[in-house]
Amino acid sequence: MMRRITPLLWLLFSAGGTVAALLFPVHLFLTGLAFPLGWLEAPSYESLHRLLMHPVTRLYLFVLISLPLFHWAHRFRYTLYDGLQLKHLTELIAVLCYGAALLGTAMTAYLLWTIS
Amino acid sequence: MSEPHYTLYHPRWYRRRVSVWWWLQNRSYTGFVLRELTSVFVAFFAVVYLWQLHAVAQGPDAYAQFLARLRTPRLLALDTVTFLFVLFHAITWFNLTPKAMVVRLRGKRVPDWVIVAQNYAAWLVLSGLVAFVLLRGR
Repeated sequence: MMRRITPLLWLLFSAGGTVAALLFPVHLFLTGLAFPLGWLEAPSYESLHRLLMHPVTRLYLFVLISLPLFHWAHRFRYTLYDGLQLKHLTELIAVLCYGAALLGTAMTAYLLWTIS
Repeated sequence: MSEPHYTLYHPRWYRRRVSVWWWLQNRSYTGFVLRELTSVFVAFFAVVYLWQLHAVAQGPDAYAQFLARLRTPRLLALDTVTFLFVLFHAITWFNLTPKAMVVRLRGKRVPDWVIVAQNYAAWLVLSGLVAFVLLRGR
């Protein structure tokens, strides 16, 4: 089973890496630094809520959150194998990593689906 | 899963034990491991965004609470470190693209720097677009 879905996992890894590289710096700079430090004013609840009512925003957020999670799962899995020499725990690590990414994806989808 | 099966009395040849800290002995190894570790910070920020989505879904009070939590020193420090690692990820990712993906145009290989420059251009445009949308409706 692992062998059959490996190409898909690689695809998710590289798609997620690209999304994170292109879009995370600006989101992180604004949300994590510029807004909390008062350099720029954070968007109001109303404006964010209005944005979220648009289907394009929802699709965007789904891609923005889910794909980088799979990028993490794939890369971190190999970091654990090589960095900490945990080759003997292959299956457990794979289940935990991809499972966490799937869980995050499911939560994102649920929130985006039910928000009103 | 299809792991290879080893016989029980396989001869055990001598192998040097490698320390868990093997990557600190050489700068390019350290760079490699730091690059691999960026994924942890990528995941952290994805979770922050999921948390923000959850807060907005809950209502104005939850969103205000989310903004207040981001102002705590601990999260500010964490976000600063995360920002540096995510930048490292972005830069290494853009610079590696031409090595992972060789593009040919009319039989000629597109030079590496063209692909890298396109990445940075796309980065600039998308960042501007995101900032514009987020800062427009305050």
